[in-house]
Amino acid sequence: MTDIKEVSYEEIRHLVSDRALEGETMLLNMGPQHPSTHGVLRLLLELDGEKVVNCIPDVGFLHTGIEKNMESKTYQKAEVMTDRMDYMNPLGNNLTYVLAVEKLVGLDVPERAQAIRVILAELQRISSHLVWLGTSALDVAAMSVFLYCFREREQILNIFELVSGQRMMTTYFRPGGLWRDVPSGFEQAVREFLEVMPHRIDEYEALLTKNPLFLDRTLGIGSISAEDALNWGLTGATLRASGVSYDLRRFAPYSGYEQYDFEIPLRTEGDVYARYIVRILEMRQSLRIIEQALRKLPAGPVRSSNRKFVPPPRSEIGTSMEALIHHFKLWTEGFSAPQGSVYVATESPRGELGCFLESDGGPKPYRVHFRTPSFDNLQVLPKLSKGFLVADLVAIIGSVDIVLGDIDR
Amino acid sequence: MGVEQKLGEMGVVTARLEDVVNWGRTNAMWPMLFGLACCAIEMMSAQAANYDMSRFGMELMRPSPRQSDLMIVAGRVSRKMAPVLRRLYEQMPDPKWVIAMGDCASSGGVFNNYAVVQGVDEIVPVDVYVSGCPPRPEALIHGVVTLHEKVRKEKIKDWA
Repeated sequence: MTDIKEVSYEEIRHLVSDRALEGETMLLNMGPQHPSTHGVLRLLLELDGEKVVNCIPDVGFLHTGIEKNMESKTYQKAEVMTDRMDYMNPLGNNLTYVLAVEKLVGLDVPERAQAIRVILAELQRISSHLVWLGTSALDVAAMSVFLYCFREREQILNIFELVSGQRMMTTYFRPGGLWRDVPSGFEQAVREFLEVMPHRIDEYEALLTKNPLFLDRTLGIGSISAEDALNWGLTGATLRASGVSYDLRRFAPYSGYEQYDFEIPLRTEGDVYARYIVRILEMRQSLRIIEQALRKLPAGPVRSSNRKFVPPPRSEIGTSMEALIHHFKLWTEGFSAPQGSVYVATESPRGELGCFLESDGGPKPYRVHFRTPSFDNLQVLPKLSKGFLVADLVAIIGSVDIVLGDIDR
Repeated sequence: MGVEQKLGEMGVVTARLEDVVNWGRTNAMWPMLFGLACCAIEMMSAQAANYDMSRFGMELMRPSPRQSDLMIVAGRVSRKMAPVLRRLYEQMPDPKWVIAMGDCASSGGVFNNYAVVQGVDEIVPVDVYVSGCPPRPEALIHGVVTLHEKVRKEKIKDWA
């Protein structure tokens, strides 16, 4: 085990108020093992009775060194790491990373691959919101919602397993397209999901939206104004619940999102309830996008034909010397990217997920950095929770929808 | 144990203490509600309606280590988390068991680097390893059933 360094009094003195030293307020440690912190988040709470005076988040309990590890892998192999970053949104992480690589090397993506990417990314958004809905309802003591949400989530994971062979860590999107085309049962499976899901969302709403117990726990709790939300750098549903219409799918479209017709759900209250409503409406909009993408799903290849970056199909390797060389080069050495740096941002279920790639001209990235939405959204937690009860803090943490893998990576 | 057949008309049954205690331990083994990373989501799936771990007497997740018998290490353990994990283990009352769920907890998985403990068995004794990244809920349930089999074979002289 690593040595634990003693922290001196002077180093931590500034964290708490003078009242804490006089014993007027109480210091309480919440986490890292706590059912309501949604992972290994540690909060140092200063309490006046039940009221939160100050809340200091302590992150890093899940620091995995993903960014550093990616530097020692070729561009194709590093993608495996991105799945495990924000583990509610593996396909969205893949998408951000492959878009960055494609921008770096200037790679084209066929129409069909783009449409399938949109369908799967939106399915992932719904599954992420389902986990959020189930767990944050559990936090405010609505037990049954959790079971219903995970029922539908299984249906989405079955679709992922159908296309990629894995339930969660799919690594299905690759630079230049997809790993392979979707199997024949894909469209049918997505249609079945589209058919049942609207009614299921109605069911969740019937359980929560007008439930007086749920309203008591969420209305007017942890509210933030639009101006403050922008100043704190919030993105995603947390920002849109405060009335700022900012969605990268609309304002900086990627992967063909400009072709689809969808609304950006907005609320102005900025409290826990508004965030709940925004996410519920977002699920409905995601269904709309999936339906449109499925309706005009074009035929054709799912991988770019640029053999310098995309491996040739197996069938070609047996007959073409050139294909064999490309295959060998790509899987031993990888492809080299031109010198330079790119930043690509997508709308993850939690907000703006950005990928920064710096290339020194070699086959491995010189530096990879992710601008993760949970990390930036977490910093507002002390502001949101001040003056509320400890029980409300639990609802607030749930409503910001943090994923610790996304924060610490 | 087939108690019904042995009971007969007498209303009395004889059994070895070992068997009865081990049987009791397996059918109400409370896991600790302790998730670390990706595997925790699959652990939640295993608890939810489709997989329903309560079929094996495992539905009651205790958030407090002092009330739990089984620690499922679901996810990668960072160097910062390692002392916390060890302390949680020490807070659990005996008898206690550990399942290392997933590749990261078992061996470090894809993360061979400065930040991740290369297998949770460096910190706590592990009874069952479940492979997969992340393991399917079925795999976790198989791991739990394997642990139950192991507990049923425990000997009274080893209880200490």
